[in-house]
Amino acid sequence: MPAVSKGDGMRGLAVFISDIRNCKSKEAEIKRINKELANIRSKFKGDKALDGYSKKKYVCKLLFIFLLGHDIDFGHMEAVNLLSSNKYTEKQIGYLFISVLVNSNSELIRLINNAIKNDLSSRNPTFMCLALHCIANVGSREMAEAFAGEIPRILVAGDTMDSVKQSAALCLLRLYKASPDLVLMGEWTSRVVHLLNDQHMGVVTAAISLITCLSSKNPDEFKTCVSLAVSRLSRIVSSASTDLQDYTYYFVPAPWLSCKLLRLLQCYPPPEDGAVKGRLVECLETILNKAQEPPKSKKVQHSNAKNAILFEAISLIIHYDSEPNLLVRACNQLGQFLQHRETNLRYLALESMCTLASSEFSHEAVKTHIETVINALKTERDVSVRQRAADLLYAMCDRSNAKQIVAEMLSYLETADYSIREEMVLKVAILAEKYAVDYSWYVDTILNLIRIAGDYVSEEVWYRVIQIVINRDDVQGYAAKTVFEALQAPACHENMVKVGGYILGEFGNLIAGDPRSSPLVQFNLLHSKFHLCSVPTRALLLSAYIKFINLFPETKATIQEVLRSDSQIRNSDVELQQRAVEYLKLSSIASTDVLATVLEEMPPFPERESSILAKLKKKKGPGAVSVELEDGKERGELNGGADRGGEAAIAASNASTPSPSSDLLGLRSAAPVGGPAPSAGSLLVDVFSEAGPAASSTRVNDDGFLSSAPPSAASEDPAPPLPESDELLNKFVCKNNGVLFENQLLQIGIKSEYRQNLGRMYLFYGNKTSVQFVSFTTTVSCPGELQSQLNVQTKPVEPLVEGGAQVQQVINIECLTDFVDAPLLNIKFRYGGALQNITLKLPVTINKFFQPTEMAAADFFQRWKQLSQPQQEAQKIFKASHGMDTEVLKAKLLGLGTALLENVDPNPENYVCAGVIQTKIQQVGCLLRLEPNAQAQPGEQMYRLTLRSSKDTVSQRVCDLLAEQF
Amino acid sequence: MIKAILIFNNHGKPRLSKFYEHYSEDTEQQIIRETFHLVSKRDENVCNFLEGGMLIGGSENKLIYRHYATLYFVFCVDSSESELGILDLIQVFVETLDKCFENVCELDLIFHVDKVHNILAEMVMGGMVLETNMNEIITQVDAQNKMEKSEFSSFFSLYRRLSFSLPGRTGRHRLVLQVPLLVPCLP
Repeated sequence: MPAVSKGDGMRGLAVFISDIRNCKSKEAEIKRINKELANIRSKFKGDKALDGYSKKKYVCKLLFIFLLGHDIDFGHMEAVNLLSSNKYTEKQIGYLFISVLVNSNSELIRLINNAIKNDLSSRNPTFMCLALHCIANVGSREMAEAFAGEIPRILVAGDTMDSVKQSAALCLLRLYKASPDLVLMGEWTSRVVHLLNDQHMGVVTAAISLITCLSSKNPDEFKTCVSLAVSRLSRIVSSASTDLQDYTYYFVPAPWLSCKLLRLLQCYPPPEDGAVKGRLVECLETILNKAQEPPKSKKVQHSNAKNAILFEAISLIIHYDSEPNLLVRACNQLGQFLQHRETNLRYLALESMCTLASSEFSHEAVKTHIETVINALKTERDVSVRQRAADLLYAMCDRSNAKQIVAEMLSYLETADYSIREEMVLKVAILAEKYAVDYSWYVDTILNLIRIAGDYVSEEVWYRVIQIVINRDDVQGYAAKTVFEALQAPACHENMVKVGGYILGEFGNLIAGDPRSSPLVQFNLLHSKFHLCSVPTRALLLSAYIKFINLFPETKATIQEVLRSDSQIRNSDVELQQRAVEYLKLSSIASTDVLATVLEEMPPFPERESSILAKLKKKKGPGAVSVELEDGKERGELNGGADRGGEAAIAASNASTPSPSSDLLGLRSAAPVGGPAPSAGSLLVDVFSEAGPAASSTRVNDDGFLSSAPPSAASEDPAPPLPESDELLNKFVCKNNGVLFENQLLQIGIKSEYRQNLGRMYLFYGNKTSVQFVSFTTTVSCPGELQSQLNVQTKPVEPLVEGGAQVQQVINIECLTDFVDAPLLNIKFRYGGALQNITLKLPVTINKFFQPTEMAAADFFQRWKQLSQPQQEAQKIFKASHGMDTEVLKAKLLGLGTALLENVDPNPENYVCAGVIQTKIQQVGCLLRLEPNAQAQPGEQMYRLTLRSSKDTVSQRVCDLLAEQF
Repeated sequence: MIKAILIFNNHGKPRLSKFYEHYSEDTEQQIIRETFHLVSKRDENVCNFLEGGMLIGGSENKLIYRHYATLYFVFCVDSSESELGILDLIQVFVETLDKCFENVCELDLIFHVDKVHNILAEMVMGGMVLETNMNEIITQVDAQNKMEKSEFSSFFSLYRRLSFSLPGRTGRHRLVLQVPLLVPCLP
């Protein structure tokens, strides 16, 4: 007999559902639903008391309506009445309603909590289970407060029924996840761990989820679970398929529990106890052996269950990464699965192999499967599987197989699914760079990438190829030749035109000897693409043209003519027009010498992390990028000598004209910013916007060319913050007074004081010249989010500052909530007619609102433990940039605003501090620990800084700020 | 952890949705639609796993699904669950439904949403697996039915009579919706 007999439903409900299902249109359906909602509302509000049966019927109707996607904003009260009833049917439907339509109304929760309390103490197992389910489903803090103490008791009590124990275990887990601070396991720990030995497999199944979660958060306290889990696993693995009766699933003994046991073990390193370890290795071997046995059933469920255990065992072997023998067996097993006819197994094998590829013991073994994986990439019907294959190829790539893998990925790109193209492009670009032995191969690869998937090649990718070509002399000629050839194609991607324009503009001379690529041919080729390109590309091409005039004087007349044409010099786009005008003027007035200096070859780019890698990380999330670029030595070489890089930096800092907002090649931090932009500031791509040319534009100014100021409207906008503004800000993290900024004209001093969440800052602007500043204005602004986090008020200053005089300004600051960015201070004035425009970061940082808190060691560690969630902690390990003088360190920590706690840390070398950050809407307690390794050689000295606070953003920000101080 | 369990038919009509993390009602509906869109466009016989949609956490989460006759059963899980294990769990769930409803079909899920919720609650609680043993689950469900019947005994004869004329059973989609989800020859 079926467990649910079909007849005993509620007629009214069935009729209603049928009505809905017979509706011919959406409108009719909505009309019917509204009618029903009105009916139910009136029934609920009516004078006549409804019996339990009717209530149940109406609540069921509401559930059905909710499932169809309609909001239900009433019925909660009736549900609470139902769940308080003594009848099972009513109670059950009431709980169901509350679980599906969770409502955070606290009055309601209080009533529900009362009913739950009654049910928990009812000793009726069914009622207890219903109540526990409800707590687990709602999981709110109020519920945790009410029941976190009670549930562990139910869980470990000797007389609790098994089914209730199961529910209690998962209920507790849910509360722990939602409010870990309220669930204190302390005294229960050992009894909970021993649930792994429970007679009833269902209890073990439920308890293991709880234990796994608790172990991952407090591994030390739950360490004893390892040996218990191993012996339980061993009993299951070695049992005959019939021993476990109902827990045998398609001839596999307790597959679910086995998987969970293997997962639990992955929270720990390999067992230290030899006997336990031996037993575990035996289990793992048995599991691997079983995979080779003939199946006991042809049903897919049998092999699924068996393989579920096998894959978990392999994950554990990979996690331990210490048993070469097992690792190789695991790898061979996965190799078999790669060719299995079940798609699911191929998918999982590719995924597991990805993690295996990073183990040194098995990397080589994984590599032997390269042909199979390439084949998977080419022939799998399912895009999810192909994506895993691409991931694995990326993970198994090294110097020996890079060319093959990159070639395969490139050819796959031609037909790849749109959804994964961009990621594939980034991966190809990274592998090509990382494993490039000869850079002509690298250039070929990237140009192919642009040819095949130009639309998916992001800015970072083509910036990077240019960085590398510029930094490596040996590849420049080849790059020019290849890009010239690529541009011959009748239709080429705009990204190709950008790379072509840039490279020919710099290195076109290297191929000009060949009559087939004479200067004029090169120019005509580039110019034939000009009209099909977007404005930024055209701007780049114009810059390439002026570089041509320098490289090849014979093209001067032709190019000048192009620049002079109406379509350039009167172009409606301001940027293009300005470039055309300026370049034309430059080419006709400047002497060859000047021209050669101004348009000199780009200096090498300073080394930095590949922007492509950063982009892939962003796309996939940290941890997803297993291949890291190799370290400094090789990369330094790649980017040319350090001396040349240094020169570029000096050139950059000498330049008086700033770079526009262009972030070509991510050089922003090296580019000086501060005055009016030479050519309209908003252009994205500008060949001349970087270090070398910036230096040359100084000389342009000296010669009196191009001195006509850019459109004044643009210059009235506040300049972007000075590149050094972050450094200036860092100087004030641990002190409140000092000189914030100084140049030849102006000095800005600061005095500030803070109390609670309020602060007052005095700014002193000193005119260092003998000439007055006119139109002197200062503005303080809070960009973006900061607006709602800080309240900043200023009084305007006098617009005139006499030579040698000083003016003062008061700024009042109120901290509303915690914040990261600093307010910006923009200062504008005219000095001898020239507009000065400086933006600095105002040194208002979150730590200014610290109140020191003294506490004893016991208190400190108790609080430290309470803040043990991973997101509450921020940690940094960094090199000491100053000496480790105890007094200086102490002064800095006190300057931070926290209390420095003596005799708390057991290691007297360490420093611990505590403080509370006061904001208007909340107080954030914050604990700090700084561990120096003072014994190390100077130059090797490191710190480990750990911050814990009740708010993740605060921990991170204070950690970031403080890490710059030592 | 299991983030959500969704059942919808071949046309995307939800038949059961159970979320173990809190989303607004609006988002829940969008997640159902997005999931249907992702799952329904896949061929038969491709693999049963795919990355979750953007709304439910993107590549952090996996969708693990099975298609039975007219219904999709989709479990959205995080990386702490075994993919094949969840496939087994879906199978246990459907087999249990089949035992409880005798040749379960879509229609049973429509008219007995509360029962389906109860059966699910015996297997999964707060996103974690409570019980995987089908007999144990059915024992619990049976016990509940007994209690229900004893409470409704005075009405019981009335329901029996009505059941013959339950409107859904003769509706226009009768044939499609009565396709059993499982091939009847299960062990």
